Amino acid sequence: MKIVVCIKQVPDTKGGVKFNPDGTLDRASMMTIMNPDDKAGLEAALRLKDEYGAEVTVLTMGLPKAEEVLREAIAMGADKGVLVTDRVLGGADTWATSQTLAGALRNMEYDLIITGRQAIDGDTAQVGPQISEHLNIPVISYAQNLKVEGDSVIVERQFDDRYHVLKAKMPCLITALAELNEPRYMTPGGIFDAYKAEITVWGRADLKDVEDSNLGLKGSPTQIAKASDKVRKGSGEVVTLDPAEAASYITGKLAEKHVI
Amino acid sequence: MDFTLSKEHEMARSLFREFAEKEVKPLAIEVDETEEFPVETVKKMAKAGFLGIPIPKEYGGQGCDVLTYAMCVEELAKVCGTTSIIVSAHTSLCCDPILTYGTEEQKQKYLPDLASGRKLGAFGLTEPGAGTDAQGQQTKAVLDGDEWVLNGSKIFITNGKQADVYIVIAVTGTVEKNGRKSKEISAFIVEKGTPGFTFGTKEKKMGIRGSSTYELIFTDCRIPKENLLGQKGKGFGIAMHTLDGGRIGVAAQALGIGEGALDRTVAYVKERKQFGRTIAQFQNTQFQLANMATQAQAAQLLVYRAARMKDQYAKDHKTSYSVEAAQAKLYAAEMAMDVTTKAVQLHGGYGYTREYEVERMMRDAKITEIYEGTSEVQRMVISGALLK
Repeated sequence: MKIVVCIKQVPDTKGGVKFNPDGTLDRASMMTIMNPDDKAGLEAALRLKDEYGAEVTVLTMGLPKAEEVLREAIAMGADKGVLVTDRVLGGADTWATSQTLAGALRNMEYDLIITGRQAIDGDTAQVGPQISEHLNIPVISYAQNLKVEGDSVIVERQFDDRYHVLKAKMPCLITALAELNEPRYMTPGGIFDAYKAEITVWGRADLKDVEDSNLGLKGSPTQIAKASDKVRKGSGEVVTLDPAEAASYITGKLAEKHVI
Repeated sequence: MDFTLSKEHEMARSLFREFAEKEVKPLAIEVDETEEFPVETVKKMAKAGFLGIPIPKEYGGQGCDVLTYAMCVEELAKVCGTTSIIVSAHTSLCCDPILTYGTEEQKQKYLPDLASGRKLGAFGLTEPGAGTDAQGQQTKAVLDGDEWVLNGSKIFITNGKQADVYIVIAVTGTVEKNGRKSKEISAFIVEKGTPGFTFGTKEKKMGIRGSSTYELIFTDCRIPKENLLGQKGKGFGIAMHTLDGGRIGVAAQALGIGEGALDRTVAYVKERKQFGRTIAQFQNTQFQLANMATQAQAAQLLVYRAARMKDQYAKDHKTSYSVEAAQAKLYAAEMAMDVTTKAVQLHGGYGYTREYEVERMMRDAKITEIYEGTSEVQRMVISGALLK
C-alpha cells in the first residue's frame, strides 16, 4: 500500500503571528510546527505502515524551509519527502494550494491520501476535499478512526453528537482530526537519518495538468481585505450571586445588548 | 572552532525538550513526593528510543553520538533530576561497558534489549567499605567449574531494583607487582533473577528521590563463566573507564538541573513584586542572574566538549577524555549546587516550599557533587594529569 500524507508547516502560535503588507502570513520570520491535524494524519499512516507495511510519502508545499517539516516526518518514520516550492506558487489560497498539491499528486503513486482536517493558520478545512475533487477520488473528512479492510478503508467520521461509519474503496482521500490518535515522537536516530535522506524538490514545471491561472496569488480567488492578530478579550466581569439573582442578572445583560 | 550545533542536534534538542515538557515535567513533583520510580515514563522513553541513544544501530540502538545523549540527559534534568539519572546510569554505566568491553556474543545478547529499553541496566561498584577507594572491594568472585560464584554486597546502586542487567565489579584473586600484593579485580554481567542475587534496603535520599537506589546482595550467586566482562583482572580499568563516561552523563544532569533552576528563576523574578516593582528590576537580582547564566553556559561548553571527545574516542579508541569528563562534572556539579541555591534565595520564602520546584532542584543538585566520583575525586583526576 502506498500512502501520501499532505502536511503543512504552520506558525507556532506560541511565537506570535506576523503579517506581510498584502495581509498574507509572514511565514519566513515565524517559529513553526507541523500542523496538528496533519501530524495525526501522519501518525495514522505510520500505524498502517506498522500493521500492513505501507510506504509513506509526505508531501508539502511551502517555502524552502518547509523542508524541515518533511525531515521531522521522516524522523517519525515516513519513508520519503516531497517539497513543492516555487516563487510563482506563493500567496496561494485553498484553491491554488489544492491545485498545486493535486498537480504534484498526479506524478505520484497512491492508494490512500491523508490530509489534516484543517491547518491552524487558515482553519478552512477546504484543501483536502478540494484535492479529492481535482483527482476525482472519494473523500471522507473528519476521520476520528481509520482502518483498512482489503482494498477499502473504513472510517469513523465525526459528526456533531455522533459519528458515521463510512467505507470507501481505495484510492481515496481521508482528512484527519487531531483527536484521531496521539502522534509518536521522532526518534533520536530517526532525526539523524532524516537529515541524510534526500528530499525531492519540485517546482511549477513539475506539476502535472495544472493551469497557471489556478496557481499562486494570481490563481487565488480569495481576497484578503484585512488581517490582524487576534484581539485580546478583556478579563470579563465576575459577580458572585445566588442562582436566581444570577439568572436575572445574565438575562438583563443579554437584553441590554439586544441579544434577547 | 565551531560552537554552533548541527540542525540534527537542534532538532534532537527540540524532541528532548518537547518530551520533557509533556511527559516528565507534569510528574516531577509527584515522583519526588512519593519516591516512586517513574515506570510509565521509562516505558515512554524506551518507545522514543531514549534508552539507546549512543548505541550503534546494529545492536538495536539509535546510532547517535554522545553529544546527543548528553543533550537528552540535560533536557530531562531541566525538569526532573530523577528521570535524567535513570537514563544516564542505564546508558553510561551498563550499556557502554558492554559495548566497549563485551564480546560479540555479549553485545548481541544484551545490547538489543538494553538499547530498546525492554531491559534496564545498572552498575555495581560501591561497597560499604569501598567508595572513592575502589581498591577496597570485598565482593569476591570465584571460578567453580563453568560458573563464577559471587559473594558480597554493593550499595547505593542507581536503578537498583528496577534494573534487569547489572555490571558488577568483584575481586577475583591477588596479583603481585614489584613485590607488592594487590587485589585482582574483574567485571561481570549479572542478570536479575539469578539465584543468590537479592536486594537489601532501599536508600532514603535527600534528592533524586524517585530513582531506585538499593543494596545488591550476592550470596553464592552463580553466573555463567562467559559473563566475565572484558579480561580477568582488568575490572578496575573497566570500572574507571566506565566512570569517565558516566561523569559526562552526571555532568549533563547537573547542567540541566542548573539550567532548569535558572529558567524558573528568570520567570519568577519578572512576576514577583516588592516595593512596587518586580524583583527583576533590582540590580542585585540582575547581577545574580548574570552570574548564574554565565556559569551555566560555561558548564554547557565543558559538558559538550567532553561529549565530543568521547565521540572521538568511539572513532579512534585512543583519545582520552578522562580529564575533560572530570572537569565537566566538577564544574557542572558545583554550578548546579550554586545556581540552585541562588535560585532558592531569589524565590525567597516561596523557594523554600515544595510548591516551587527550585527547592527540589537544590536537593537534586547535591548528589551530582558526590556520585560517580566526588568533586574531590575529580580534582584528583585533573591535578593528577597536570602533575604526572
